Order: sequence, then structure tokens, then C-alpha cells
Amino acid sequence: MNLLSAAKVSFRSLRANKMRSALTMLGMIIGVAAVIVMVAIGAGANERISAQIASIGSNLLLVLPGSTTSGGLRSGFGGVPTLTMGDARAIGKELPSVSLASPSIRTSAPVVYGNQNWSTIVQGVGPEYLDMREWKTVSGRNFTAAELDAASKVALLGLTVSDTLFGSEDPVGKIVRIKRSPFTVVGVLERKGQSPQGQDQDDTVIMPITTLQKKLYASAHAGTVGVIMVQAVDGDSVKEAERQVVALLRQRHRIGPGQEDDFSVRNLSEMLALAESATRIMSLLLGGIASVSLVVGGIGIMNIMLVSVTERTREIGIRMAVGARERDILSQFLIEAVLLALTGGAVGIVLGGAGAVLISRFAGWSTVISPSAVVLAFGFSAAVGIFFGFYPARKASRLDPIEALRYE
Amino acid sequence: MVTAAIEISGLVKTYMLGDVRVEALKGVDLTILSGEFLAVMGPSGSGKSTLMNILGCLDRPTTGSYRLDGREVGELTRDGRAVIRRSRIGFVFQGFNLLPRLSALENVELPMIYDSTSADARRDRAGAALAAVGLEERAHHLPSQLSGGQQQRVAIARAIVNTPALLLADEPTGNLDSATSDEILGIFQRLNEERGITLVLVTHEPDISEYARRVIRFRDGVIVEDHPVASRRRSASPAGVSPG
Repeated sequence: MNLLSAAKVSFRSLRANKMRSALTMLGMIIGVAAVIVMVAIGAGANERISAQIASIGSNLLLVLPGSTTSGGLRSGFGGVPTLTMGDARAIGKELPSVSLASPSIRTSAPVVYGNQNWSTIVQGVGPEYLDMREWKTVSGRNFTAAELDAASKVALLGLTVSDTLFGSEDPVGKIVRIKRSPFTVVGVLERKGQSPQGQDQDDTVIMPITTLQKKLYASAHAGTVGVIMVQAVDGDSVKEAERQVVALLRQRHRIGPGQEDDFSVRNLSEMLALAESATRIMSLLLGGIASVSLVVGGIGIMNIMLVSVTERTREIGIRMAVGARERDILSQFLIEAVLLALTGGAVGIVLGGAGAVLISRFAGWSTVISPSAVVLAFGFSAAVGIFFGFYPARKASRLDPIEALRYE
Repeated sequence: MVTAAIEISGLVKTYMLGDVRVEALKGVDLTILSGEFLAVMGPSGSGKSTLMNILGCLDRPTTGSYRLDGREVGELTRDGRAVIRRSRIGFVFQGFNLLPRLSALENVELPMIYDSTSADARRDRAGAALAAVGLEERAHHLPSQLSGGQQQRVAIARAIVNTPALLLADEPTGNLDSATSDEILGIFQRLNEERGITLVLVTHEPDISEYARRVIRFRDGVIVEDHPVASRRRSASPAGVSPG
């Protein structure tokens, strides 16, 4: 018997039991739809993490000040300003594995333009900072090294700040007031989106760190910096750069052997890789749980096929009497099971796709339906049909024709 | 020269029923010539059903030889026997055994969907077989829309559609009234005489066995009688088999 006539025979017997076939397919439909939705959510989360990783910049280290012991009281990392402008310069100039280093201080301050005001994060950094973050300006320019040295009152606006204060107006060349001091806007930064912590990275103003230290930050620790951002020359030298930064800072801070560091170095890419692997585990878990329902759907198919084989014992006997071989009967029932699974799978893919779209629209989660997930789900349905259809089909093909013909 | 369609020698069939060994056939020797019309009689349990199953290649002998058209078929595998059933043997059962969801024509096509016959050839040959039993106008009816006699004629059409060497009929009139029985047996007689199909008919009714040319009688697994029919009955039915 050729495949086409076998498929026709199978299709007819499925159609003869419409309700039963539909209910059996429902198991597959739910299973496949669940897998599609879960994988779409997982892929969406993964894609967002990847985008965030790209927005941070690559091969970055973060040097945090901190942890000194004074009078038996240990303060945590970042608690005591131990890093200086000199440290930042030394890291940037002296270390072979480091391409760029920028000091950074963050504070929050209100920014005023005309009758608009907006409280935002003000960051004082070096001119290298934008390169390290792979952050470009959409209009205007970055501040220069000369402006850093002169502590000029210039500022770059993040897109959120620019939109809030200026609307559609171009801020470049305009004067904004930050803590009552006038600053000239020299550039507007392109959109960065959310940070991995969920903060709006565009809600910020960036200026030379010297300006911030001298004009805004009435700090007792003039010349100290909040953190130093360090970029290694390439991905392979991140570890080496970390080692060199530690050695250099221990030397500069005169920390003897056996004494604890008064700073700490964090590998940003490593932290993000961790976040990425966490999402990957999450999507695997989601997919795994959803696959359980696929297996349940498969068991439903097996169950109904076993019932069908028993019910149709006489039909099998007749087919055998007129000359059906074992493989003819086997393929007939196997095709029936696969047809159930594939039809259910196809409907499940459509419903799952629609579900994913609805979820991103109404719950606001990003979902990604990859063609490979669709192909995989379809292939998996076929595999479920073959796997769970095989036993009933084999049982049918092994019937004794004499017994089967006698079956009432 | 008339050749032997079936040669059976020393045929033994034993079953295990639980721990009990049952000898259904205890050494049967039988030759059926090509074109013969043989009636097999005997009480239930005498071994005639077992013989039919073996003749029909549904079952295999425990020992002994079964040659169909000169070919030893007793030793064939399950699939080998399936191919023989499909190509050389036609079955007619007491209960008709049509597939209820298929039309008369599709039921007749059934043996051909398992070989490589094209769909067009299948339809033509099934149509011709239905015409041969006088049912061409009922081709698209379902079995449930046909009378018992008509259903049995569909079953006969199915049995002859692959031009078998041997037609096996197991109590083919057991579910039919006597007028319809006469009609069905008329079809058998014509198929036998006009097409030369070898026919083996199992019955427990002496009346029915008189339509055949030769009668054998089973008792306890052996043939106890084997003789030609003295006064052969002719079907009174005009229901037609066209020669072909």
C-alpha cells in the first residue's frame, strides 16, 4: 500500500470519529501551544538580556572603592572614597591590558530649563566614558579633554532628559541650570534603554568629572572618585586586566602583603553572563514544564489508538484476510497517530503564536517566536505521534487474522 | 489435462488449549483439481474450519504439505501468506465481513489497495467485479444500505476481483433465506463453470452441499467420506454472472 492511500484510509477513520479525534488532538494542541508560548517568553527574556549586555559595553571592569577598617568598624565596599583621579589616570596609562579607563561620580540633581525642571542622575566622567559604553551622540558632540582639564560647565543630555525638558527643540547650545549653575548643552546621547537592573539609562546628564567635583559636589574628598570604569583591550585580556588593576592599586595605596584591599574589582561581563545564564535556565525550565504537557498529549494519543485498535479488530482481520501485510496495518495505524499529532501540533503552533502575541501586548513581556522553535515543535509533534502511536500500531499489525475475524 | 489446484498430504494441525493438546486435523490427504466445486461438510469441531483456515493461508499446518498451484505455501511467513491471500485466494464469509464505512465499490477495491494497482485500474476492475455479480447500480451504496444477499454479492465481487485461483466460502448462506441462498449459490456455480474458478464451500446443510460437484465429510479431524454429488442441484436464480 502506498503512503497516499494509507493516509486516505487513516484520514477517513479519523473523520468517522470526529469528536474523539478532536479531543485527542486537544491534548497535543495544548501541549504544543504551551511549548511555543513558553519558549517565546524565554527567548524574549534572553533577547532583552542580550540587548542590555550590549548596552553596557564590552570587556568592562568596575573598580569600586571601599572597605577600610577604622576603629574596629568595617565599612562595606563603596562606603569610603579611596579611589582618586590619579588612580584612574594610572590605570588608563600604565597598564598594557587596559585600553581605556574613566573615573565616575554619580549624584542626583535637579536640571532646569525655562520653566521645566527634572530631577535626574548627574554623572561626572572622563571623555573616554562614551567610547567605553559604545554610546554615541545623536546631536552635538562629546566633551573634550581640554574641557575636562578646565572643568568647563558643559553637559550632555540623555534622551529622556532632553525629551522632558526640550520636547522637540534641539538642546545643543542651550543653557540648562543644574543646582543653579548654568551649563551649556554640547550634545544629546542616543537611546540606551533599560539597564539590567531596570533603570532608565537615558534619564541622565553627563559632564566632565572635574566640573562635577568642583562646581557641584561640595565634597570633603575633593579629587576622589566614585568608581573607575576600566575597559580591557579585548575579551581574552579581561582577567589579566583585572589582575593588573589589583596589583597597581595595591601598590599605589601602599597595601602590604597580607593586608586586605581597600577597593574591589568587579567584572561586569561576568555578572551579565550570570544573568544571561539565569534566564536561559528559566526558559529551559519553562520549556521543560511545557514539554510535559506534550508527553501527556502523546499518552492521550496512545490511549485512543489502543481503544481504536480494539474496536477495529474485525476490520483489521478483514484487511488481513484480503492480503494486508503486517507493515500495511502498522503504517495505517501509525499514520493515523501521526496525523492526529501533526494536526494537533499545527493548530497548537498557531494558537501558541497568537498566545505569545497577546501576552506581549497585554502583559508587556517581550516574546520572540523563532522559526526554529516552530519547526522544532512541529517535528516534536511528529515524533510524539510516532513514539506513542507505534505500540498500538504494532499491536494491530501482530493480530492473528483468524482471531481478529472472529472478534465481535 | 486437468491440473491439481490444491494438493494436501499428511496435514496435521495441533493446538494448545491451555495445557491440553488438541488435534484438529489428524493427517489429511486431499487433492482438489483446478476448476472443481467442492463442498466440505461435517459437525462443528470436526476440523473443517481448521482446514479452511489452512487452505486460506490464514493459518499454517503443524506438519504436512500444502501445495497451492504447485507451490508449497505451508511454510510461508506471515507476510508471504498475506501476499498469497491477496493474489491467489478469495474469501466469502458467513457474516459478509464488509467494512461498514466503505461503499460497495471501495470494499471491492480493498484487496487491490495493498498491491501496486493504480487507482484508475482499481476502480475499473472493482466495477467489473460488481457487474459480474449484478450489482453495478449499487456501487456507491454503503453495506448498511444493502440487503443481506446484496452484501454477500459485494463480498463475492471482492473475493474474485484479483482473479484468484481459489475461492473459499465459509457458510456463505448461513445468514440468508433460502431464495437468496439459491441466488448466491447460482453465482458460485456460474463463476465455477464460466470462469473455471476452483471453489471450496464449507456448509453443514446437505441441501447446500448439493450445489457442488463433490462432497467431503469431516469427523474428528479426518476425512470420512469423499464422493461426487449424485443429483446436482441447479440454481433457479437468473441473477447474472456475465461471462468474462
